[in-house]
Amino acid sequence: MGMPSKVEIETETDSMTDEPIVRYRKVAKNFGELQVLKKVDLDIAPGEKIAVIGPSGSGKTTLARLLMTLERPSSGTIEIDGELLWHEKVNGKLVPAGEKHLQHHRGKIGMVFQQFNLFPHMTVLRNVAEAPIQVLGLSQKEAQKRAKQMLAKVGLADKLDAFPSQLSGGQQQRVAIARALVMRPKVMLFDEVTSALDPELVGEVLTVIKEIAAEGEMTMLLVTHEMDFAREVADRIIFIDDGKIVEQGTPKALFKHPRNPRTRSFLSRFRNNNWKDS
Amino acid sequence: MWDWEFAFYVMPDILKAIRVTIAATLAGFALALAVGLALALLRRSAFKPLSLATIGFIEFVRSTPLLIQLFFIFYALPLSTGISFSAFQAGTIGLGFHYGTYLSEVYRSGIDAIPRGQWEAATALNFSRLRTWTKIILPQAIPPTVPVMGNYLIAMFKETPLLSAITLVEMLQTAKIIGSDCYRYLEPFTLVGIFFLLLSYPASVLVKRLEFQLKQQ
Repeated sequence: MGMPSKVEIETETDSMTDEPIVRYRKVAKNFGELQVLKKVDLDIAPGEKIAVIGPSGSGKTTLARLLMTLERPSSGTIEIDGELLWHEKVNGKLVPAGEKHLQHHRGKIGMVFQQFNLFPHMTVLRNVAEAPIQVLGLSQKEAQKRAKQMLAKVGLADKLDAFPSQLSGGQQQRVAIARALVMRPKVMLFDEVTSALDPELVGEVLTVIKEIAAEGEMTMLLVTHEMDFAREVADRIIFIDDGKIVEQGTPKALFKHPRNPRTRSFLSRFRNNNWKDS
Repeated sequence: MWDWEFAFYVMPDILKAIRVTIAATLAGFALALAVGLALALLRRSAFKPLSLATIGFIEFVRSTPLLIQLFFIFYALPLSTGISFSAFQAGTIGLGFHYGTYLSEVYRSGIDAIPRGQWEAATALNFSRLRTWTKIILPQAIPPTVPVMGNYLIAMFKETPLLSAITLVEMLQTAKIIGSDCYRYLEPFTLVGIFFLLLSYPASVLVKRLEFQLKQQ
C-alpha cells in the first residue's frame, strides 16, 4: 500500500490509507466505584471487521457505547478519522468536546442496538427516512428513495407501511440496521444485536450483517455472543474480560489456539454447544 | 319553590354567559398546556439553579390557593407594578399558570416513560437536541397523557366560577346578578349547576373512552 500521499490525508479518503479509522488510547470508563474499562488501547483499520467477545459485564458493550458518544470516557482519548472524538482544542488546550463537535463526528458512526430501539410511532419507511431528512437535510423524496433501497437490501421492501409493533423481532432488527446504514456511516457498531431475538430469528439478522460485511468497505465493530458468526465475519477477534483486552487475533488463531487461560475457559463454554468444527 | 317561568326567563342570560366560561376555560387551558411543557422542560435543565428554581416555582404555585393567585394578579399587580389586566386576561393567566404546574407533572410522567433506548437511538442517528424532542420524544410522550390532560381540563372548567371573584361575568356571576336583581337565587344557581353538569359529564365520558382506547393499543 505504501505511504499515503498528502492529498489523501487532506481529503480524508479513508479506505486506502494505513491510518486507523478509530483509535482508542488508554480509554477508561468508571461507573461510580466500578471500573468497566481499564486503559484500553485499540486501533481499528478502515474496512476492518472486529468482533468483540467476552463475558457479560466485561465492558465490551461500553467499548461501543463510548464510540457512539452514548457514554463519556472517564479518561483517555478516542480518535475517529484522525480527529479526537471526545475532546476539542480551544486556544491550544484540549477540553471536553461540546455538543457541536460531537455532532460533527458522530455522523461517521452508526449503531444497531440489542433492543432495536425503533421509533414505535413511525412506520418502517419513516423510521429509516426520518434521520436523512432531519439530520442530513435531504428532501423527503430523496430520503425515501434512499430508505427504500436500504429496506430492500435488508429484505423488507414489502413492509414500508408497517409499524414496528407489527413486525417480528428479526424484522425489527433488520429495519434498525437499514436505519443506521441509510446515514452512510464509516463505522458501524453492532451491540449484541441478536441477544434479544428468538433463536429462530437470529439467522435472518446475521445473514444481513454478513452481506454488509462481504461488501468490504464498511468498518465494523461487532459485540457478540455468536461465536460462529464472529469467526465467519471478523478479521480480528478481541476477547475482553474485566475491562481489559485480554487477547486478540485472527479468528483462526484465537479460537483454535487461545493462549490466555481466561480466553480458553471462556471459549470452552461455547465449544461444548454451538462451536464445533474448526 | 321552583318557578319554571322564571327559570326559562333567566335561561338566555345564563346561556350567554356560558360562552365566557368556555372561552376562559379554553384560553386558560391553552396557556396551561404551554406553561406546563415549558416548566417540564426547564425542570430537566442540566443547569441546576434553573432546574431548582423551576421546581420551587411549581411547588409554590401548587401550594397556594388559585383564588389568592387570581386576587394577586388582578388586584395586587396593578397597584404594585403598574401592569394591569382585564378580568378575562387575569383569569386566563391565573388558570394557565396554576394548571400549568399540574400539567408539567403530567408531561413529566409522559417524558419519563420513554425508554432510554429512544434517546440513544436519536443520538446514534445524530438528531439534534431540538429534533430529538420534537420528532422522537414528545410525539411518543404526549399521546398517553391525553386522558389525564382531559381530566385537568374538566377540573379547570369547573373552577372557572372562581373568576367571578375578580369580576369576570361568567355563568356564576351572571346568576348572582340575576339573583340580586330579582331576589330569586334558586333557579339561576340551579341552572348554572345543570349547565356545568351538561358540559362536564359528557366530557368525562369522552375522556374515559379515550383512556380505554389508549389502553387497547
